[in-house]
Amino acid sequence: MFDNLPLWPARASAGAGNVDALYIFLLLLSGFMCLAIFTMIVVFALRYRRQPGRVAEQIEGSTALEITWSVVPLGIFMVIFVWGAFIFFQERTPPRDASEIYIVAKQWMWKLEHVEGQREINELHVPVGRDVKLIMTSQDVIHSFYVPAFRIKQDVLPGRYTTAWFRATKPGVYHLFCAEYCGSQHSGMIGQVVVMEPAQYEAWLSGGSSSGSLASNGESIFQQLGCVTCHRSESQGRGPNLVGIFGKPVQLEDGRMVIADENYIRESILSPSAKVVKGFKPIMPVFQGLVSEEQLTGLVAYVKSLSAPSAAGSKTQESKVQ
Amino acid sequence: MATAVITPERENYLNQEYGIKSWLLTVDHKRIALLYLVSITFFFFIGGFFALLIRLELLTPAGDLVQADTYNKLFTMHGQVMVFFFLIPSIPAVLGNFLVPLMIGAKDLAFPRINLLSWYLYITAGVLMLHCICTGGVDTGWTFYTPFSTAFSNTKVVEAGVAIFIAGFSSILTGLNFVVTIHRMRAPGMTWSRLPLFIWAHYATSVIQLLGTPVLAITLLLVVFERVFHLGIFDPTRGGDPLLFQHLFWFYSHPAVYIMILPAMAVESEVVACFTRKRIFGYNFVAMSSIAIAVFGFLVWAHHMFVAGISLYSALIFSALSYLVAVPSAIKVFNWTATMYKGSITFTTPMLYAFGFIGLFTMGGLTGLFLAALGIDVHVTDTYFIIAHFHYIMVGGAVMGYLGGLHFWWPKISGRMYPEWLGKFAALIVFLGFNLTFFPQFILGYMGMPRRYWQYPPEFQVLNVLSTAGSTILAVGYVLPMIYFLWSMRYGKPAPDNPWNAAGLEWKTSSPPPTFNFDQPPVVNFEAYDYEHIPEVEEVPVV
Repeated sequence: MFDNLPLWPARASAGAGNVDALYIFLLLLSGFMCLAIFTMIVVFALRYRRQPGRVAEQIEGSTALEITWSVVPLGIFMVIFVWGAFIFFQERTPPRDASEIYIVAKQWMWKLEHVEGQREINELHVPVGRDVKLIMTSQDVIHSFYVPAFRIKQDVLPGRYTTAWFRATKPGVYHLFCAEYCGSQHSGMIGQVVVMEPAQYEAWLSGGSSSGSLASNGESIFQQLGCVTCHRSESQGRGPNLVGIFGKPVQLEDGRMVIADENYIRESILSPSAKVVKGFKPIMPVFQGLVSEEQLTGLVAYVKSLSAPSAAGSKTQESKVQ
Repeated sequence: MATAVITPERENYLNQEYGIKSWLLTVDHKRIALLYLVSITFFFFIGGFFALLIRLELLTPAGDLVQADTYNKLFTMHGQVMVFFFLIPSIPAVLGNFLVPLMIGAKDLAFPRINLLSWYLYITAGVLMLHCICTGGVDTGWTFYTPFSTAFSNTKVVEAGVAIFIAGFSSILTGLNFVVTIHRMRAPGMTWSRLPLFIWAHYATSVIQLLGTPVLAITLLLVVFERVFHLGIFDPTRGGDPLLFQHLFWFYSHPAVYIMILPAMAVESEVVACFTRKRIFGYNFVAMSSIAIAVFGFLVWAHHMFVAGISLYSALIFSALSYLVAVPSAIKVFNWTATMYKGSITFTTPMLYAFGFIGLFTMGGLTGLFLAALGIDVHVTDTYFIIAHFHYIMVGGAVMGYLGGLHFWWPKISGRMYPEWLGKFAALIVFLGFNLTFFPQFILGYMGMPRRYWQYPPEFQVLNVLSTAGSTILAVGYVLPMIYFLWSMRYGKPAPDNPWNAAGLEWKTSSPPPTFNFDQPPVVNFEAYDYEHIPEVEEVPVV
């Protein structure tokens, strides 16, 4: 229904229909309210226009009416609130087994990296029917990842990861916009999302010039930077063993517990002394400014791969990432 | 300037003294109101000029009229000038300044010199803003989002920030003056329940100005400090948090919407009562809804941040709270409509603006329900949908209210009548031009056109052309009143003391009023909107 309406955005994700449904409900509701109020105004204005021999009838007010037109709208508002919140909850809760795409935004381009290692700029290829989770960060200012056809938008912040997810339902090419003003070429920070049939997608994947998966690239960065000398996988080194930690609670030196999610790993690389694991000394050097966002992405993906097979998208960490 | 206005012989605030000094050093609230009127009109046309350039650029999908950087400066300065130098001071500093003492039967505001100081602060800020505009401008968006504003923009962020910081103090002092005046200077018999609803709404506005504006001042100061001294407050590479900025900014800037709209509601209540010849339906509820709006208005700021990276649960709470603030606004609309029932309605220019206000504010309010719904906000925030929504509130609501009020009290302010038929014509032009400008933007927004785009995909062009066409019509609608108001100051028919036969103390003194407002201190022994005891005029004055 409502598939090829004029002046209506394409609907190409599993969640888009839900958003449209609430939107259409609100259009009808507000259309009705406008009609009711405007009709009353017009009718009153004509019927009670000034006429000789008739004076206005003074009416103090009516508490019953006031209560009615406060409580009834409030009830309707709460229905809208719950409906909207329900859609939002789904939008913010990626399925556990969603495949992941890492995105680094910068003035004025989108850099996207598939777990399999394909890298893209201002273009994102995804297959129909697959749950895709986006793990995003910015290299400079705030950007916002917006695909109108999917009805999703999420600000992309410097210094942390934010996430969004979608499941494309219709092959096609759709707009990708930056929706948060980010400087001179803000309106040039656009791209496209190419939704393909699974077979075509596989062909596209194998056709690309992949230089190894994201995690294996991360592993070589892990070696290069010497992380491996302290974070050993077979025995406990001077740093914590990273095997299997992703998505698990970690006891900190100061008594707090945190979940080892993407943001925690990121922070522990950039400023390690912020949250030191219990039983370890704050001896790790600071990597703030020494690793690029892409290297960080690789490192995070590598650490996550150490917790495979159930690694990707452990359910506890979703809300933390936000 | 307005010194040319002389009604026959009677001494009034305009003809009591002449010369530039008598204006620049005046402490008369009515003269200060006129100083504000001239200065905000100036800024309104500057902001409007930027808006026209923006619309012209958007006539075609390609960025071809101005450079990208110029475009970014245009929408930034349009926003800053319109919000901080026109909308915030518009009704309070002009109509409020003029009318608050008159309506409560006082000689002046509680602190006449502070009132003048407010204007000088405003002018200082305005001059600084003009200097900023003329020497390169600023490109952060009126929202100053960090870390773009503190670490990346190469424009005059500090200067614009300081200008708005100073303008904020002008607003705070006006609010302070109103609160004290309304508490302490009411005429004998003018109890709280007899106050015109204009006063209730201005009281609520003043409270927001007093409590909210300091937060904006602090926030802008922090932006300046981070930019100049490289403190790490908002910039994550220095250990700051960019979302902290957004929380602080919207903690003021959401209530600021109510600084703009509450005074327009204030005008609405007076005009509707007068031209239906009735007491406002549900006086207590309308009065209390102003207070409720002021209180709830402080609890909804994070609904500007649903996709900004706040947690799921805080988004849920702020969405629910946002619906609460919609209730008192709905109450007002229902009560104004109910006031018309069994009234005796005349269609004067102010009443036409009032009709326009109810219609446009209703649409602005209803589309607010869309934006408060989390699932929909994700799609439409930062698109033209939100641009359309807040222009329906701020232009369709606040500016319609301001223009309606200016027409309603123009006879009192200037002592002259404006040409009624031309007024009606302009009101119609404004209404049509407004809708043609902004209605297509709702559709554009849902289709996905992001705001602050210098160039855009070609499928959005048709609606953009409609919008640009509308904006030129709207411009005509705004220039017309300026011309005939100026014309009327010399050639308009002298106004009687109470041309509309309206209730309210301001109509019981002469037009224009004497310097100390009333020849005899008024005593109030009647309720507000006492239209039952005021006979209708034989003939609605027409020029």
